[in-house]
Amino acid sequence: MSALKFILQKEFKQIFRDKGMLPIIFVMPIMQLMVLSFAATFDVKNIQLEVVDRDHSQLSQSLIEKYVASEYFNLVHFKHATDPKGTSLQEGSVNISLEIPYDFEKNIMQNTPVTLSAKVNAIDGMTAGISASYAQSIIQEFREEFVKENIGLLDQGKKSFAINFSMQNWYNATLDYKFYMVPGLLVLLVSMIGMFLTSMNIVKEKEIGTIEQLNVTPITKGEFIIGKVLPFWCIGMFVLSLGLTIAKLVFSVPMQGPIYLIFLFAMLYLFVVLGIGLFISTLADTQQQSMFIAWFFMVIFVLLSGMFTPIENMPVWAQKITLLNPFRYFIEVMRSVLLKGATWSDVKMNFFIIGIYGVVINTMSVLAYRKTNG
Amino acid sequence: MFDRLKGIIKKEFYHIFRDQRTLLILFGIPIVQIVLFGFAISNEIKNVKIAVLDQSKDEHSSQIIDKVLSTSYFDLDSYVNSLDDINDAFQKGRIKGALVFPPKFSETLRKENKADVQIISDATDPNTGTQIGNYLLLQVQQYLMEHEITATSTLPPALINTEVEMRYNPELKSVYMFVPGLITIILMLVCTMMTSIAITREKETGTMEVLLASPMHASIIILGKVTPYLLLSFVNASLIIALGKFIFEVPVLGSYVLLIGEIILYCLVVLALGIFVSTVAETQQLALMISLFALFLPTMLLSGFIFPIENMPLPLQIVSKIVPATYFNIIIKSIMLKGATLNFILKETLILIGFFFILMGVSIKRFKIRLE
Amino acid sequence: MNSEKIIETTKLTKAFGSFKAVNEITFDVKKGEIFGFLGANGAGKSTAMKMLTGLLSPTSGEATVAGFDVFTQQEKIKKNIGYMSQKFSLYDDLSLLENIKFFGGIYGLSKEQLNERGTAMIERLGLADVSHKLLKEVPLGWKQKIAFSVATLHQPKIVFLDEPTGGVDPITRRQFWEMIYEAADNGTTVFVTTHYMDEAEYCNRISMMVDGRIAGYGSPKELKADFKTENMDEVFVKIARGENYKLQ
Repeated sequence: MSALKFILQKEFKQIFRDKGMLPIIFVMPIMQLMVLSFAATFDVKNIQLEVVDRDHSQLSQSLIEKYVASEYFNLVHFKHATDPKGTSLQEGSVNISLEIPYDFEKNIMQNTPVTLSAKVNAIDGMTAGISASYAQSIIQEFREEFVKENIGLLDQGKKSFAINFSMQNWYNATLDYKFYMVPGLLVLLVSMIGMFLTSMNIVKEKEIGTIEQLNVTPITKGEFIIGKVLPFWCIGMFVLSLGLTIAKLVFSVPMQGPIYLIFLFAMLYLFVVLGIGLFISTLADTQQQSMFIAWFFMVIFVLLSGMFTPIENMPVWAQKITLLNPFRYFIEVMRSVLLKGATWSDVKMNFFIIGIYGVVINTMSVLAYRKTNG
Repeated sequence: MFDRLKGIIKKEFYHIFRDQRTLLILFGIPIVQIVLFGFAISNEIKNVKIAVLDQSKDEHSSQIIDKVLSTSYFDLDSYVNSLDDINDAFQKGRIKGALVFPPKFSETLRKENKADVQIISDATDPNTGTQIGNYLLLQVQQYLMEHEITATSTLPPALINTEVEMRYNPELKSVYMFVPGLITIILMLVCTMMTSIAITREKETGTMEVLLASPMHASIIILGKVTPYLLLSFVNASLIIALGKFIFEVPVLGSYVLLIGEIILYCLVVLALGIFVSTVAETQQLALMISLFALFLPTMLLSGFIFPIENMPLPLQIVSKIVPATYFNIIIKSIMLKGATLNFILKETLILIGFFFILMGVSIKRFKIRLE
Repeated sequence: MNSEKIIETTKLTKAFGSFKAVNEITFDVKKGEIFGFLGANGAGKSTAMKMLTGLLSPTSGEATVAGFDVFTQQEKIKKNIGYMSQKFSLYDDLSLLENIKFFGGIYGLSKEQLNERGTAMIERLGLADVSHKLLKEVPLGWKQKIAFSVATLHQPKIVFLDEPTGGVDPITRRQFWEMIYEAADNGTTVFVTTHYMDEAEYCNRISMMVDGRIAGYGSPKELKADFKTENMDEVFVKIARGENYKLQ
């Protein structure tokens, strides 16, 4: 075991001496967290709205005012006549074009159903869906208020049910998108360190030839691998702590559950991503290749992790693939512990799975790493 | 002169085709991504698991529950007995929404003509949360309307329907957004990153000096080096468009000639960017780092490829304005999905042309300084 | 020099598919001798050396190094050998002292041994004033000598040198060979590959490989007598041309 001590000493010295490496370890995560948290947002706000009002009534006016008052919409065009080709959608200055038909007010007062039409630029499907549902909920609110205020004007014989809905957004009442993304991004950062840095570090020894020198020494595979992996494990834990601090201080991400669960999980999880990095290093001969391979895995892991799009929305076969994705488990733990206040009994399955994963992936990498060839 | 140019181009192709792993990644990443995005990534609300806390268990409450569960949007996870149970189910990640009826729901409704319903959604993901909430609300409202119509056989007051037309992407497929975005990214990856690495590699290994010492003009050397990447990007872009079109039915509504022209223009811009990077970076490592962190990440994040620009804070919006990909992303989306003609995208096209001349100008200047 | 055999191979073979990089080589190295392993590029020298140092598993045949079997006891062999390759393979971003500490440490030297031998080595090389500098700042000529010293720091029974003097000026080469002699005088067996034929003259015994086989084997004197030439250069040319030569 004493050889391990020497490898660790050497690795730490090399890491802290590398002028290119230090900013990657210490500055990049902060930068990424700050920029990504603001940039990586599917927050739907400032929906550019065009209204084509053909009715010009008091009622249509008050509907439009409701849109103007809403924080989600910006009224950018106001037109009297229709624009049949929808040029404003075409040129991209508008996300939704809402048309209020002739006799809107008259029909409502006479209790004839009216139909509004909304044209949505749906290239970005998710934003489109949400914008449309915001637009509709404003119309519903408008209707409810109208019914309440005009109960006397309307046909007296009928009394409609009035159901009060209390809509509750649990765990993120202010609908702050950053609360959702920051924990996910932290997982991304920690994983990137594990996969990129470890694999590139080992491949670098291949490139400069020192790995051969090490292979003729009596150090065991285990000592070599632990010596390589442990420094990055520490760095990963450091970046995680740093990231959580930023999440708390800068983004005020709520931390409902026990934080030690996150750290405990990260301890296991890092062995998984480091193991993957190690495995990549056995596949690549140059740092450039290892970077490309790591990138490739990274993209798949991220897309299938539920970081940006909910896993429940995926088809069943894709959901099954996500079961093999370590990112998924950490993101789940992060979000449920931080935001929902989950405890050990809620996330113990994740611990269990990632534990097994760690054993499997590291066994594979250790077997794939050879001191002796052929 | 053309023979020489041909020689360099040939040599460059050898380099490219002999590094099979890189080539595999170059073509593998877009294919895998497009298949994943096309098949797996979806924003559709479907089979969302909900819990129901029904404290009255009477006529109306159970009919509403039936109505909600009869849709394809929602599946029942369980009937629960308390709000704590709901909290527990959320924490375990079993459900994404919950419906709560107070005691004596029907009775209150009959007597007072009004009652309360609680709709709870897991808003850790704000978008999905609000969507689920709204869908649940819609189902309950529809029940009320249908019920009223059957009960009174007249229409409820002030009925307002909204006809929503999802233009350009009626099924809200995320692949529509992804195909143009991926082309933007891949062209950048191939043209900028690969070119800058290829040029700096020649500098590092010293072969650049050999080439410069030959009777060829420097511009021919550079031209010869970048042409293969131009072709490669073109193949890659066509591959992505074809995959999108034939597997996921992502249309190309505008003219192909315009599309090809704009792709070439964008390639030229990002190639110029690659050449510029290579005049700045001395080593492959540095070229890679610059391409990745100073160019690739901003392009991915700030070009409107994944995340809508209008929702970003102002400083990031300003940064997005100096990313060429932002403009190309608008152009290619407009041509492919909206069928736009040149007048619609004239401004963006002119900006790209401007980028090209500025970058080339600066690169040539730097290149000359280095040679003197 | 005694006659105890420290390396012994019998029909040692390494095949990559149908290509036999090393084809049934049989030779021995005696304790304390300087054994030259010669051959053109691609003759199979490196492959043979990799098998002896435990970097590559042999396909067939038999071999022992320092009394251990190359098939089954590779890790034990590694404890008893030192290795230095043609590529400079110490860490550029560590200082001389740190490299000594690291490589000595992984061979299990104690702190006292490290200090003692490290200081002695730095003194011997006359590098006291640069011992704290990163190796990338040390001139290339020194690096080879440092690498050799580091490879013998743990006083191995055998030291394997893979083209140690490639790309080095004649004066440094000379100094390097003085270090080799010194090590041999101290009882270390030296196994060295080279393609400088003048260096072959410095060896006690040599073997010459052609196309994976040993085509010449013996002391430089014996070989020159057998081929009736004056110098090793001509011996090499004759062997490479495939002139008949009976193996001992």
